[in-house]
Amino acid sequence: MKQKTTTKTSYHIPIGPIHPALKEPVFFEFEIDGERIVDVDVKLGHVHRAVEWASRKRNPIQILYIAERICGICSYSHPVAFALAVEDAADIMIPERAEYLRVIQGELERICSHLLWAGVAAHEIGFDTVLFFTWQVRERTLDLTEFLTGNRITKAITMIGGVRRDITKDMLPRIQKDLDYLKECYGKLGKIFLEDKTIKLRSQGAGILTKEDALKLCAVGPTTRASGVKKDVRVDTSYFAYGDLDIDCITPADLTGTVNGDVYDRIIQRLLEVKQSIDLIEQCVDKMPAGDIVAEPKIAKLLAQLKKVNGEGVGRHEAPRGEVIHYVKLDGNDAPFTWKVRAPTYNNILPWIPMLKGEQIADIPIVAASTDPCISCTNRVGIVKDGNKYELTKEQLHKMSVEKTRRLMR
Amino acid sequence: MKFTMLPSVFAQMFKKPWTNKFPAKYIPANTTKFLADVGAGKAKLIPPVETPPNFRGKIVYDKEKCIGCQLCIKVCPCEAIEFKEKEKKIKIYLSRCCFCSQCNDICPVSCLSMSDEFLLADVDPYSKDLIVE
Repeated sequence: MKQKTTTKTSYHIPIGPIHPALKEPVFFEFEIDGERIVDVDVKLGHVHRAVEWASRKRNPIQILYIAERICGICSYSHPVAFALAVEDAADIMIPERAEYLRVIQGELERICSHLLWAGVAAHEIGFDTVLFFTWQVRERTLDLTEFLTGNRITKAITMIGGVRRDITKDMLPRIQKDLDYLKECYGKLGKIFLEDKTIKLRSQGAGILTKEDALKLCAVGPTTRASGVKKDVRVDTSYFAYGDLDIDCITPADLTGTVNGDVYDRIIQRLLEVKQSIDLIEQCVDKMPAGDIVAEPKIAKLLAQLKKVNGEGVGRHEAPRGEVIHYVKLDGNDAPFTWKVRAPTYNNILPWIPMLKGEQIADIPIVAASTDPCISCTNRVGIVKDGNKYELTKEQLHKMSVEKTRRLMR
Repeated sequence: MKFTMLPSVFAQMFKKPWTNKFPAKYIPANTTKFLADVGAGKAKLIPPVETPPNFRGKIVYDKEKCIGCQLCIKVCPCEAIEFKEKEKKIKIYLSRCCFCSQCNDICPVSCLSMSDEFLLADVDPYSKDLIVE
């Protein structure tokens, strides 16, 4: 904890790592002057689970299911980014139908995640009626996910070189029915969020992230797009079937005409993305070609093929919270040589600082929640060794980073 | 409209709750006695919500078909499968299983399949219900 305050009248408030207002362990240190926040410090590293370490003795197919458990909400984005990385390393071509099926699953996950977030955001400002309404809509989306994949949250749908379950013709009416319900509720949700006084009161002008700050701090996903930065992996690189689909980067300016970068804009941004996702799923259902759903249906053969691979690959996917990057290096063994995950929240932590500065204490929950943080996804570095050393300093980290680069280059 | 959620709030007051009251409407005073009553046919369980088609529940193992190739052990992400050397058959610990059904996919003779059963809570991780062999 910092000892000195910047002015005589200000004081420190530590919040976390375990606190009733926080859903996940993260440590905030606020410097407060009256009700205003003067300075913020964020500390991470309380939920390190050694996921990457666990991968060292497992083969890529087993890692798919470990990747799925990095995050409960992004339980499709992580395995699919890992699969993209392995496909990149092993030069596996994915059948065209699988590309479309992957888009459908990805967009369905985005709808679930954004609706969940909309509910949480409403809850943070004390508007619990909206929480129950959005989660009621989300429940239908989860039922559709369960229908398509077999389970609600841990979908287990990704396979290296494609997907595991096809969407057959008799499933289409059910998908269309649920999409129609979603569209109907979307209209209602839009009305609540755009017209209701309660939400506007708390979110307009709160937690502003300017375009410059968003660019400087490398924010990703809806957080950066709400500040007017047109950054979207789906548009910037055409992976999956996104190249063939009608998709454009959206910002709140499409609806309101101006970009303020406040919490209200981030709400609008996510709602617009829900609409875009519904539209993308409909396009996919229409355009989906017939064919295989996986490049190599015989898994034993696929494992043998992956064992021969010697190389590295990077997988990038636009998760609901932003860009997720997986790096994999395969060196001819069963288990990969290394696997590195960069979850989107990692980039969206630093923008908290400009957002929170100058706000009031009561705004902390909604501003912090407005980036849709997922702390458990983020924690990658945290070492407990002999003398209870819990964190690493910047110099040590840099030294370790250089060492790792050298080790990988060998 | 200033308060858009007000109509929904009033409508909600006259709606029946969605919750399925599984397994009983109210918590029984004595759970073991309640379960014994159910077994004897005196009390009735409220059925759970139906599972969707292709749900991944408890694994069903066809021992006769199994050829002991150990491929399922190779792909199991949670190392829940044990190989019995003598018999050349497998033993699945469901308390470790993550229900990904990857073993079903790789099995060359399709001796593994997923059932609809999901009520697998138990106090003992090695109880008879949680070991498939």
